[in-house]
Amino acid sequence: MGTDLISFSKVCKRYPGGYEALKDVSFSVEPGEMVFVTGHSGAGKSTLLKLIAAMEHATSGSVLIAGQNVSSLRRPAIPFLRRKLGLVFQDQKLLYDRSAFDNVMLPLVVTGHPWREAAKRARAALDKVGLLDRERANPIALSGGEQQRLCIARAVVNRPNILIADEPTGSLDTEYADAIIDMFRSFNQVGVTVLISTHDDRPIRRLSPRVLTLNRGSLA
Amino acid sequence: MRAWLRHHALSFAHTARRFAASPAATLLNALVIGVALALPLGGHVLLANVQQFARGIAADAQISIFLAPEASTSEIAGLQKRLRGTPGVRSVAFVSRQEALDGLKRVPGMAEVIATLRENPLPDAFVATLAASDPELAQRLARDFKSIPRVAYVQTDSAWMERVHSLLRVGRTAVMLVGALLSFALVAVTFNTIRLQILTQSNEIEVSKLVGATNAYIRRPFFYFGILQGIFGGVVGCAIVDIAILVLNNDLAGLGTLYGANVRLELLGRSDGFAVLTFAAVLGWLGAYASVSRHLYKIESQ
Repeated sequence: MGTDLISFSKVCKRYPGGYEALKDVSFSVEPGEMVFVTGHSGAGKSTLLKLIAAMEHATSGSVLIAGQNVSSLRRPAIPFLRRKLGLVFQDQKLLYDRSAFDNVMLPLVVTGHPWREAAKRARAALDKVGLLDRERANPIALSGGEQQRLCIARAVVNRPNILIADEPTGSLDTEYADAIIDMFRSFNQVGVTVLISTHDDRPIRRLSPRVLTLNRGSLA
Repeated sequence: MRAWLRHHALSFAHTARRFAASPAATLLNALVIGVALALPLGGHVLLANVQQFARGIAADAQISIFLAPEASTSEIAGLQKRLRGTPGVRSVAFVSRQEALDGLKRVPGMAEVIATLRENPLPDAFVATLAASDPELAQRLARDFKSIPRVAYVQTDSAWMERVHSLLRVGRTAVMLVGALLSFALVAVTFNTIRLQILTQSNEIEVSKLVGATNAYIRRPFFYFGILQGIFGGVVGCAIVDIAILVLNNDLAGLGTLYGANVRLELLGRSDGFAVLTFAAVLGWLGAYASVSRHLYKIESQ
């Protein structure tokens, strides 16, 4: 228990209106693991990941991140939790009013890093995902795969312990999807704990990682 | 500490960029706020000038002290000294009964009437000129003078002073009311501008929060925006009032030469300007605070 980085215990999530997205979900993830969360759409994959980032709150049960109970976290503490996480969203959430570089800078800007050091880190992150030559481009001018890589650069720029990606390969063709998954694997190989949700079983067949399968809100 | 300063510098730069990004809207907002501030401010300036003017004529505010006929010459001299030494009295003139009679004789038609009198019925008198047109002071002094021995009768000329003062009070209350109402306008303008900004920037706000921005970080640029917009509006308001005064003074100068008087309005002083800018900044902050509390909540609750 003490060594777990992420630990769900009897977590239920019921949305207003009575829809139950998660039912009695318990699992734990150790530091350095790479875990896939699968299931048909609507099975609760996104909800599960959102509970970790405190974007949703559990109706009952507890979600512990590094021993801290996220579901009982006071609101002012949430930003400090999120700074330890790298998030890749299903809908990407890129800002189209600024360059790729500025998008990657955002997590460092909001935490008040000195600009010079932040810029160095942002370029390193862009380099890691192979977008250094596109740093001045507006995200709208990037291809789908490039946009996804930009999201990953933004997620890793503050050097998080945990990387969480919600359907990062959802709209990509298989070649691009494999490259994205390999990118996550390389971060995992340097010690980052990675949680990826996907409805695509190709990476699972390819890598045979640990898999959590959700079925109508319950772990199979 | 350095990170904190950097945050503030960054928010400030952010805010400045937002102004620069929409110069027309910025100008219009400043104008609306400026006009809203200029109305009560103009009223205040006008009142201050009227008050100044009233104080000018109050140099003539006088109390007449009539003496009992049995007052001796030495008593009169002592009384004069006493009156001169009273605080609030600027000067004291003695009008002897003979002088008063001579004055009266010069009034057409009075000479015949006076000739029928066997003796001078007029008393000796002092005319005390007050230092300020303060009806309360005049009344208090009149009461004091009445209690002096050998003083038969005291007449104050403070009725008009009271009239002017109560008119000024009414004016001041009206200016306050207009000011209070238009302050709401300023708060409302800021509230609405910031509401629009929050709507257009909801994406940026949401993403910033997801990558670990605190609420304080999100709110800070909006506070700066409200304060700066208030100050811009304050500057515009002061400019409107000063320009109006300059234009009015031009016309008043013409009026002044006709009446042989130097009538001109005073421009806003430095302390007035500072007070207006501070007030506008506080109202801007208030509008920003209200808007941010009301509209960011929806995003924050995610």
